[in-house]
Amino acid sequence: MAMKLALGPLLYFWPRERVEAFYRQVADWPVDIVYLGETVCAKRRELRLDDWLRIARQLRDAGKEVVLSTLALIEAESELAGLRRIAQQDEFPVEANDMAAVQQLRGQHYIAGPHLNIYNPASLSLHHRLGATRWVMPVELSQQTLRQMQLNKPLQLETEVFVFGRLPLAFSARCFTARACNLPKDHCQLRCGEYPDGLDMKTRDREAFLIINGIQTQSATTCNLVRAIPALRELQIDVLRLSPQSQHMEEIVTLYHQVLENRLDPGEAENRINTLTCGSPSNGYWYDSPGMQWLEQPFKQGQGTRVE
Amino acid sequence: MSNRIELVAPAGSFPALRKAVDSGADAVYFGFRDATNARNFPGLNFDNTTASDAVTYAHRHGCKIMLALNTYPQPASWSNWTRAVDRAAELGVDALILADTGLLQYARQQHPDLRLHLSVQGSATTHEAIAFYRDQFAIQRVVLPRVLSFSQVKRIIEKTDVEIETFAFGSLCVMAEGRCYLSSYVTGESPNTCGACSPAKSVQWHETPQGREVRLNGVLIDRYQSGESAGYPVLCKGRFEVNDELGYAIEEPTSLSVLDILPQLVRSGVSAIKIEGRQRSPAYVTQVVSVLRQALDAAQQDPESYRVRDAWVQQLDKLAEGSTHTLGALDRQWQ
Repeated sequence: MAMKLALGPLLYFWPRERVEAFYRQVADWPVDIVYLGETVCAKRRELRLDDWLRIARQLRDAGKEVVLSTLALIEAESELAGLRRIAQQDEFPVEANDMAAVQQLRGQHYIAGPHLNIYNPASLSLHHRLGATRWVMPVELSQQTLRQMQLNKPLQLETEVFVFGRLPLAFSARCFTARACNLPKDHCQLRCGEYPDGLDMKTRDREAFLIINGIQTQSATTCNLVRAIPALRELQIDVLRLSPQSQHMEEIVTLYHQVLENRLDPGEAENRINTLTCGSPSNGYWYDSPGMQWLEQPFKQGQGTRVE
Repeated sequence: MSNRIELVAPAGSFPALRKAVDSGADAVYFGFRDATNARNFPGLNFDNTTASDAVTYAHRHGCKIMLALNTYPQPASWSNWTRAVDRAAELGVDALILADTGLLQYARQQHPDLRLHLSVQGSATTHEAIAFYRDQFAIQRVVLPRVLSFSQVKRIIEKTDVEIETFAFGSLCVMAEGRCYLSSYVTGESPNTCGACSPAKSVQWHETPQGREVRLNGVLIDRYQSGESAGYPVLCKGRFEVNDELGYAIEEPTSLSVLDILPQLVRSGVSAIKIEGRQRSPAYVTQVVSVLRQALDAAQQDPESYRVRDAWVQQLDKLAEGSTHTLGALDRQWQ
C-alpha cells in the first residue's frame, strides 16, 4: 500500500472566510485525508459543526477521506456536549484526542489522535480492541519506538506519523494569548485570531523559542521529516500528517507528494521545504534527541544513530 | 459531617517518608529509583530495601502507602515497568498510581485485587474520561489535573462514583499534566518518557555582564540581576518576550495552596487532598504536613467556623516556590 498524505486539523484561529477559502483550495491538493474541526479551544466558534460538515462534504465530493477531529483538553460540560454532537453524527469518522471522546465513541470505529498518549503496544492493542482503526504517534516519540510499535501492532491498525508543521507541545487551562494581551481568559476577545501562525515567544536573548496559540503551546521550529520518507516507507507507515501553516502549504504538500511518487529526491525536497517553513526546521524527536534540534546526517534506513 | 478526607503526602526518601508519617499524613506516596515515576531525580526515591522498609514503617504506624508508577513506558523498556508493578504488589502497597493505559491493563489483569489510582499524568479532566478509566480498569480513585476550576471539580464529583483526589499544596503545573512535551522538546527528557521535567543535568548557570543567566540545554530560560532571587529553571516558569514585552509569559514561580477553600473542598466530597513535592526535603514535608493536618482537622471538625491562621500561611509561604501562593485554576469562574 502506498503511503497516504493527510492534512492535519487547522490548529490556528482563522476567520471563517479564510478557513472556507483554504479548504476550497485543499480540494485540489494531492492529499488523501483531511482532518477537520477545532482541536484547541472551544471558544473559537467562527465555524460550527454544521459548517465543518458542509466543508467535509465538499472535500468528500472532491475525493478526500474526511475525519472530524475533536478537542484535546476538555473541561466544561458544554465542551462534552459539543463532543457528543460530533461523536453521534455518522457521516464521517472521528479522531479522538481525549479519553472522554474514546468513551463517547464506544462501539464505533475511531482514529486515536496524537494527544491520547499511546506509548507502547499494550496501549495500542487496547485502542484497537475498542474500535481504533488508525493511531497517530505522539510527537515526542522516536523512530526507534515507532519501529517496535510497528513490529507489535495489530495487523489491521493503520499508523500515522506527524511529519510536518509546528509541533503541538502542551495544553493548559490558561490562555497564553489572552495573558500576553493582558486580558482575562473569560474576556479574551479571541485575540488568537490576530496570529494566523501563532504568537512568537522569544527568549531574553531574542531567540525564537515557542509559539503561543491560545491554550496550546507549540514549537517555534517547524518539524520536517521529508527526508525520512524512505525510512517511513520501510517501516510500513500508512499515513503522513502535515499540519497546516498559513503560507506555502500547497507547495509543501506538493513536494511531499512528489517524494512519495519518487519524482523528487528527499534531500532536494528537504532543502526546498526548509525555505518555506514558518520557523527554522527541526527533526530531533525522530532521532531520539531534543525535539528542537535539526540533525544533519547521512540518511540510514530505519536506523536512529544519534548524531549531535 | 463529611467522610474523613485523606491527607496524602510525598515521600522522596525514607527520611521524608518517616517525617510525613510522623507529622500526621493519612497516606504517603513514593516511587522507585528509576524512570518509572514522574519524579525521577538524582538522589531521590527508593531501592528494593528502602521500599520494603517504607511499607513496613507506614503500615506499622497506621498510614497507607501508595506507589507512583506514573510515566509512559516505551516498548524497549516495557518490562521494567511491568516488573515494577509486580514488585509493588509483592511489597503490599495500598494502591498503585498509574497513568499509562497499557500498564493499567497489565496491573488489572495480573493483580485483580490491587487498588488502582489514575495519576494526574493520566490527564482525566472530565467525568466521561474518568468513566473510561473506571470501565476499562476499575480504577478506584483519580487525581485531578491542576487545570480545573473549583466548580469544574465539584461537577466531576457529582457525576462520578470514583474517588477524587485533588492537589492541596506545592509546585504548580500550569499545563495539563501528561499533555506537556516542553521538556523533551528542549532536553530530550519529559515527564511522560523519563519522569523528569527540565532535568538538572541540562541546566547551566553563567555569570555574564548582563546578569546571572540560566540555560536549559543552551536555551536561555531567565537572567537575574544581583539581588533577584533565582529559582530552579523549570522552563515554563522563565521570563520570555512576547510582543516585545518581557515577562512570565506562561507562569510565575508560585505554589498552589488550598488553605483558603478547605471547608468548600471538604463539603464538595473530595476523598483525598495531596501535597506535591517528592523532590523536597524531609524538613519541607514535616512543615507542610503539619500545617495541612491542623487545617484539614479544623475544616472537617467545624467547616463553618474554619479560619485560615496567619501562622499557617506564613509557614507555607516560606516553603513555597517564589515565596507566594495561589489557588491556581481553582479560583477561576470557568464552568
